[in-house]
Amino acid sequence: MILIRHELRQSARPLVIWTLSISLFVAVCVFIFPTIEGEMDVVGEMFSAMGAFSSAFGMDRISIGSFMGFYAVECGTILGLGGALFAALTGAAALSKEEQGHTAEFLLSHPIRRSRILSEKLTAVALLVLVLNLAVFGVSAVCILAAEKFVPWKELLLLHLANLLLHLELAALCFGLSAFLRRGSVGAGLGIAVILYFLNLLSNITEKADFLSWMTPFAFTDGADLLIEGRIDPARLLVGLGFAAAAVAAAYQKYGKKDIQ
Amino acid sequence: MKRAVELRHLTKYYGRARGIENLSLTVEEGEIFGFIGPNGAGKSTTIRALTGFIRPTAGSARVLGMDTASQMPQILAQVGYLPAESAFYPGMRVREILQLSAALRKKDCRAQARQLCERLELDPARRAEELSFGNRKKVSIICALQHQPRLLILDEPTSGLDPLMQREFFAILRERNAQGTTVFLSSHILSEVQRNCGRAAIIREGRLIACDSVQNLARTAGARRVAFHGRADLSDLDGVRDLQSDAAGCSFLFAGSINALMRRLSGGELEDLTVTEPDLEEIFLHYYKKEGEDR
Repeated sequence: MILIRHELRQSARPLVIWTLSISLFVAVCVFIFPTIEGEMDVVGEMFSAMGAFSSAFGMDRISIGSFMGFYAVECGTILGLGGALFAALTGAAALSKEEQGHTAEFLLSHPIRRSRILSEKLTAVALLVLVLNLAVFGVSAVCILAAEKFVPWKELLLLHLANLLLHLELAALCFGLSAFLRRGSVGAGLGIAVILYFLNLLSNITEKADFLSWMTPFAFTDGADLLIEGRIDPARLLVGLGFAAAAVAAAYQKYGKKDIQ
Repeated sequence: MKRAVELRHLTKYYGRARGIENLSLTVEEGEIFGFIGPNGAGKSTTIRALTGFIRPTAGSARVLGMDTASQMPQILAQVGYLPAESAFYPGMRVREILQLSAALRKKDCRAQARQLCERLELDPARRAEELSFGNRKKVSIICALQHQPRLLILDEPTSGLDPLMQREFFAILRERNAQGTTVFLSSHILSEVQRNCGRAAIIREGRLIACDSVQNLARTAGARRVAFHGRADLSDLDGVRDLQSDAAGCSFLFAGSINALMRRLSGGELEDLTVTEPDLEEIFLHYYKKEGEDR
């Protein structure tokens, strides 16, 4: 518990900054919609007929003329990508920052097993991701209630739950990577988040690249799929959980025997 | 007497690079033990193996009777470690760092921490990033001492401390040692090892080249510092090293035949003569001298 508290304190500032930034963008989108709602039918038709671009963002399957269609595409992208960057950066730095900042000697000179260090740091990363997602969900629900006078709870919960799972998986992947890194965690975290995001865009553009959707957790947060299917694709979710579990297992395996510099 | 540290054929390679090779030594409980060597000799590698930061390539290390390969948390509960360079988490105050260290040990160390802060003149309200190198060192010293460990492992402990603070630090060490704490002191400052340690080991290029009491090391080196005022012909005399001469006389380390030396000196014109034990620095140079560097 001591390390969890310590990690949460150390990450409090970036958590607040990322949460406020994502919440602000989501709130702006929510409040903008009523003012452009009248024009959105035309815009929606235009966006749905832009070929690969429309496919990439799922706009060929849902209309951004409806509030949830607009929310899933616009706010889903902001939350998905913004939260993914936060989760990736937090996960990738979790272990490597100790060696990079030369605090590993301080931490590891205390009577605490490396496996416990990993468990507490992993818990802290998961809590940070959870807090960000809950806060953005709360802000979003309040803003929707204020702007639309009605909250489509089922769709909203589904979208945010899928994004939470995406962020947790990404955090776990980067946490695994963190055990192998000594420095450069920022670049690695950003790189992984962006690559996985673009893999999903590619897989949406052409069926030939559909296999890529099995490699990226962004696939099961696709707003169009979630709204049409009304559920998270269980197969892709399971594959994602498998990747996350493998990354965490690799972190325990590596860090338990790693020479600390 | 129990052994505080026991290294058996300890070897560490970083890939192909040598860390330490076949290092064996023991430190008894209650000792203040010096570990001497220049930068890159393997002192820090040895310490990192003792504290569990690295895994040895071969051999074993036991600390306070426990195996570092399997009992590290139990070992670290009774060890205070002072790293050569002190680094702390950003944004934390000294008080918070000390509290974190105590909490990680599940101990209430507030009284000890307060007392040590007073003796080392460290303000616990200051932020770590505002501290000078010396003050950061003090924070590490208190982290190492506040839980009253059985064994202290100190890596270059006085770097950054001013002479008064160094004196206070060694006074604290001697008090702790009198209470039974073992001290493993790694340093390249030979005078502090000579003043404070009963025994010492000398490490060179990853290998142990001598380990004995500081007095015996001087004898083992077999050299004496000879100084005289006047003139004497020392040319081609075997065993002369570190010869320093001027118009008034000369001084040198001598490890050759005393009879041969006396014959040369009696053939000269001497005003006075002193023969003394060499200090640790001279012993160190003796062990580190390479062939062809005798004079």
